[in-house]
Amino acid sequence: MTRLSRAVRTIVSALVLCCVIALALPASSVGQTSPNAAAVNEQQLLKQLKVIRGLGTIPDTKSYVLEHPAGRQWREFRTVWLKWIGGVSIIGMLALLTLFYLWRGTIRIEGGRSGRKIIRFTAFERFVHWLTATTFVILGITGLNITFGRALILPWLGPNAFSAWSESAKYAHNYLSFAFTIGVVLMFVMWIGQNFPTKADIEWMKTGGGMFSKNGGHAPAWKFNAGQKMLYWFIVLGGAAMMITGYMLIFPFYGGLTVGSMELAEVFHAVVGVLFVALILAHIYLGTVGMEGAFESMVDGTVDLNWAKEHHPLWLQEELAQDRGAKGPGLVTSTPAE
Amino acid sequence: MARMKFLCDADRCIECNACVTACKNEHDIPWGINRRRVVTLDDGKPGERSVSMACMHCTDAPCAAVCPVDCFYTTADGVVLHNKDLCIGCGYCFYACPFGAPQYPKTGNFGSRGKMDKCTFCAGGPEADGSKEEYEKYGANRLAEGKLPLCAEMCSTKALLAGDGEVVGQIYKERVETRGYGSGAWGWLTAYDENIT
Repeated sequence: MTRLSRAVRTIVSALVLCCVIALALPASSVGQTSPNAAAVNEQQLLKQLKVIRGLGTIPDTKSYVLEHPAGRQWREFRTVWLKWIGGVSIIGMLALLTLFYLWRGTIRIEGGRSGRKIIRFTAFERFVHWLTATTFVILGITGLNITFGRALILPWLGPNAFSAWSESAKYAHNYLSFAFTIGVVLMFVMWIGQNFPTKADIEWMKTGGGMFSKNGGHAPAWKFNAGQKMLYWFIVLGGAAMMITGYMLIFPFYGGLTVGSMELAEVFHAVVGVLFVALILAHIYLGTVGMEGAFESMVDGTVDLNWAKEHHPLWLQEELAQDRGAKGPGLVTSTPAE
Repeated sequence: MARMKFLCDADRCIECNACVTACKNEHDIPWGINRRRVVTLDDGKPGERSVSMACMHCTDAPCAAVCPVDCFYTTADGVVLHNKDLCIGCGYCFYACPFGAPQYPKTGNFGSRGKMDKCTFCAGGPEADGSKEEYEKYGANRLAEGKLPLCAEMCSTKALLAGDGEVVGQIYKERVETRGYGSGAWGWLTAYDENIT
């Protein structure tokens, strides 16, 4: 009995040993493709994927990205490129406007003031304009602070005061963006009818609306001339770009956005933003010191009849023909323009 | 002065997450903030590696370069720290950081971020060393007590090394020579513009 059991035990052990060896053999051949050598190579991964992503154990899925060296390009954009783009476009625009003012001066109403006025913008139009305008100025200043404040304001405000200001600026920028959005959307709906290109725009474009001739040439225009139409479309389309990218930045990483798309959103937001500021500087210039009789259209909503005749003759004819002139003393009612 | 560095030997990391826990505990880090994390690459495949990652305290730190309020500073030990009294929570350092180190407490509506929090290399912040204010804002200041970061100190496999960059690099080099392989000092080329092979 004992001899038999010993023999059985020997045979079984031999079989088990064979099995173990047999199982171990394929395992070791897998081993030759190296589970322990450098199977994941950092530089190779970076070269192939630009970003190294793995798996983690915490709820924050952003943290599964192990390395994202593309942040360097974004840093280069923010610390070098953006400063050049912003500086050149804004200071360049200010310089151009100054030169233009020195050369052309305030564009006067050639016929002088007639003393009779016509309504150009209703109370609602003015409300929408100033809603958009005031929020834009605050958004512009607080936005520029993020890019240029550290170099320009921090040195003389000191770190504590500058941080306090910048934090309030950040909140103002975030919250006022909603009012600005409403303003741009209303502007889009309110003025889209008058902003499609017409034949009159071709002539305006050829002469630059007479802006660049000192003897004060004029080009015919409806309610908005070609320049104003371009401004309108920049505000609508640029505003839309600002809103989309801005809300991406206010709601960071929502809807599975990656750090790469956040950086891209910031790049768009910043570039369109500085161009926006530069363009609006020109708009402010032409609406105030650059042109006599223009600013009042956004104050009490009226313009002088002669101003309208010179700058927007087609619109004036249409208004008078349709008896849409406003009522009231000094305001044009239905008298023809001649 | 020594130039402090982290080095994670991915061939030793067993993904136990003890470094993460130690960090959270040592600095009393709130829920949702992770100064250190472990990321596993090729999970479940041959050649799987795990890397423990936190702020690498870069030479020429990108976070400091993009900060709109200039709240970062580098200590004599080469540790990148920041001043939470100055931080405005804009989130830009996270976009610039190659290692996803900056963390933000969610403080209000939408995605509004509170003051940034990140690994301090257990070196506290600008407040007086070991003060209550320093602990509340930045956590323990072990470096001021002559101790190294706790994550690395208590790493069971000694995968995570922290300390003088020269020493740490040398240890890793010897390991690679002895065992004949090494998947590299993760993040070193990006953070310090140097590599160990």
